[in-house]
Amino acid sequence: MNEPEVTVNPEVVEEECDILLIGGGMACCGAAFEIMKWAEGTGLNIKLVDKAAMDRSGAVAQGLSAINTYMGENDPADYVRYVRGDLMGITREDLVYDVGRHVDDSVHNFEDWGLPIWKQKGFEDKKLRDGGKPVRSGRWQIMINGESYKWIVAEAAKKALGMENIRERVFIVRLLTDANDPTRVAGAAGFSVRDNKIHIYKFKACLLACGGAVNVFRPRSVGEGTGRAWYPVWNAGSTYAMAAECGAELTLMENRFVPARFKDGYGPVGAWFLLFKAKAMNAMGEDYQEKNYESLKDNGYDKYAVGHAMGTCLRNHLMMIEMREGRGPIFMDTPTAMANLAATMTPKEIKHLEAEAWEDFLDMTIGQCGVWAGENIEPDKEMSELMPTEPYLLGSHAGCAGLWCSGPEDLPGVPEHYHWGYNRMTTVKGLFTAGDGVGASGHKFSSGSFTEGRICAKSMVKYCLDHPDMQPQLSRSTEELVDEIYRPVRTFIEHKDYTTAIDINPHYITPKMLQFRLQKIMDEYVAGVATWYQTNEAMLELAERKMKMLKEDSLKMRAKDLHELLRAWENYHRIIAAEAHMKHIQFRKESRYPGYYYRADYKDINDDEWKCFVNSRYNRDNGEWEMKKVKWQPLIAVGEKEPEGMRHQGPEM
Amino acid sequence: MPTYVRTDKCDGCKGQDKTACVYICPHDLMKLDKDGSETGHAMKAYNQEPEQCWECYSCVKICPQQAIECRHYADVVPLGAQVQPLRGSESIMWTIKFRNGNMKRFKFPIRTTTEGSVNPFSGKPDANQSDLGNHANLFTDGMHDCDMSQFMAS
Repeated sequence: MNEPEVTVNPEVVEEECDILLIGGGMACCGAAFEIMKWAEGTGLNIKLVDKAAMDRSGAVAQGLSAINTYMGENDPADYVRYVRGDLMGITREDLVYDVGRHVDDSVHNFEDWGLPIWKQKGFEDKKLRDGGKPVRSGRWQIMINGESYKWIVAEAAKKALGMENIRERVFIVRLLTDANDPTRVAGAAGFSVRDNKIHIYKFKACLLACGGAVNVFRPRSVGEGTGRAWYPVWNAGSTYAMAAECGAELTLMENRFVPARFKDGYGPVGAWFLLFKAKAMNAMGEDYQEKNYESLKDNGYDKYAVGHAMGTCLRNHLMMIEMREGRGPIFMDTPTAMANLAATMTPKEIKHLEAEAWEDFLDMTIGQCGVWAGENIEPDKEMSELMPTEPYLLGSHAGCAGLWCSGPEDLPGVPEHYHWGYNRMTTVKGLFTAGDGVGASGHKFSSGSFTEGRICAKSMVKYCLDHPDMQPQLSRSTEELVDEIYRPVRTFIEHKDYTTAIDINPHYITPKMLQFRLQKIMDEYVAGVATWYQTNEAMLELAERKMKMLKEDSLKMRAKDLHELLRAWENYHRIIAAEAHMKHIQFRKESRYPGYYYRADYKDINDDEWKCFVNSRYNRDNGEWEMKKVKWQPLIAVGEKEPEGMRHQGPEM
Repeated sequence: MPTYVRTDKCDGCKGQDKTACVYICPHDLMKLDKDGSETGHAMKAYNQEPEQCWECYSCVKICPQQAIECRHYADVVPLGAQVQPLRGSESIMWTIKFRNGNMKRFKFPIRTTTEGSVNPFSGKPDANQSDLGNHANLFTDGMHDCDMSQFMAS
């Protein structure tokens, strides 16, 4: 055999530090950069653990063609208005504002480290921090040559932290509370995907930033194409699951993101819509946004639209009407857009424009080029289909699922229940999160996630310095942790010789089949693509029943090698994240995000009762979820161009 | 499109301290078949779970032998096309071959600094410890201008 064969009894490596950064994506890179300066001279010991390799880990692994959050000439208050407009009114404006006021500084650092940022004519050699004007593809977006975006940011983070403090290819699967205080985090446990080792960390504080949740729903492509998810396929809901199991409160887990993208390749449409001014149409060539606009009134959706300015979910909604009623496919008219742009251009400029259009994909969704090349589609000659994808759970892109976090208390008008001590700390003491982990504050994207990691870094240093005498003690024994983490390996070794076919065995289930089962349940009952994103009370009840059994069966997952142990734990995390999503959709009796999902039994947007947060807490001992409404409080004055719904204050509570 | 490793080019990075594709794959897909017991090709890497490949091209870009290519998802894309990069120190060259034989080539910059040259703290101030509890400040002290009159409570 090639790999070290999995063993029943792995070696146990125990480590102690003050602060552990869990994850290696943009958020933890931001934390690594910020934290070393605040920790200087304090003696604090800081480590990072990543299940992948930092140069290419997280959602930016492949690169990006744009940085989607850069204030520049805008005021952060307008950024808050944009975010709440896209997320149907309900956001934590304190958290959003906090990202907005600090994000540009992060982008300036990226440029210092070597990230090429497109500049307007006349500013080619001027850095952003020196007044260089970026090329914008939208009010908040700037274009970059971002193939090596993550590589560059990781280089800075690794240098800041020191490689001796970084452990790659160790997958943390569990957070541990303190033996003397169940409301405090004291450690984390996981395993190496390279050797038979369990790693147990003891610490005072940690940053849990392991991305969102992908492949929770059955994807539209189910063969080889299963991996062609829009968001990175390795985002397994670990942030939500580990935090929930540690007792942290979740918020807006009913929210999801269903991006409308180029079909099959899931290439980005932002630059095509915003930069190249392309139009979308139905099969008959009709502008479906125009055509279906009036219908927004039917369920009160019009309260969140002003002309064509509306949340992304509502734009999806207008498209889905066409597809549900059989007037698809939806096309993006790329040839007309290119021809319009080329009309006033020289041949050289046209060539440059074509390169820009292709770079948009080559920098971040290479697979889209594969689809186009395979189908002989050249965007300047032929239109391309658009398609809403399977749902994703995330908190940093155009979604706001995540953990309920304490915010900054220095902003005018923040209510008491928005802060309880340390910025970006969850309701579990010492447990911080950033990026996809922070709920109710979407549209951070790469730069905002990095920035939020920086905010956490500073808070965690303060937390540790405020508690110099804290002695973390793990609530669970090493033996218990080894038993639990290596259970799939032991199950495999115990039962593998019962049958002749390694994958068919009544004593275990492969992680792959378990994932298929989860995806089938979510797709068919919890508003996946199979039902055109619709669900109701009866469907959710069935989902709940099936999920319960799935969770029971997750204890029978097998792992024939370390790679499969990785998949087993990722899929366990997916189940918990999916369950949270399902419980939240069940609790919120309205359709807050039409175009992302519909409660067919409560199709309206009902501000009187539901313009509020939905928070939940998971009880790991009995598997029950506690659900509640939490008061939403606006901070930024409603602007003239904002829709009527923004003025509604939500239910009294 | 799952990536595949060409038997005529892969040398398992045997002269190096680690197998590059195994090291870099964010999803733990690339595996080195040391003795050939899994693929019939000893000391060569392979994609052990192609249906989980995100086509991020991290392995393709890092391979020192240019031994890794992509064959587009067979359940989605017609055969015959190829999208292949050559990543240098300052730029990346892309060759796109269409199914019908058409070709496109593009070259894009990837960074303005030499790899390994980043000093994250060069030219940056030290943190001012008295600001540790101040939310308006990160150590670089580069907060954006804020129009506080936009707050309802201001």
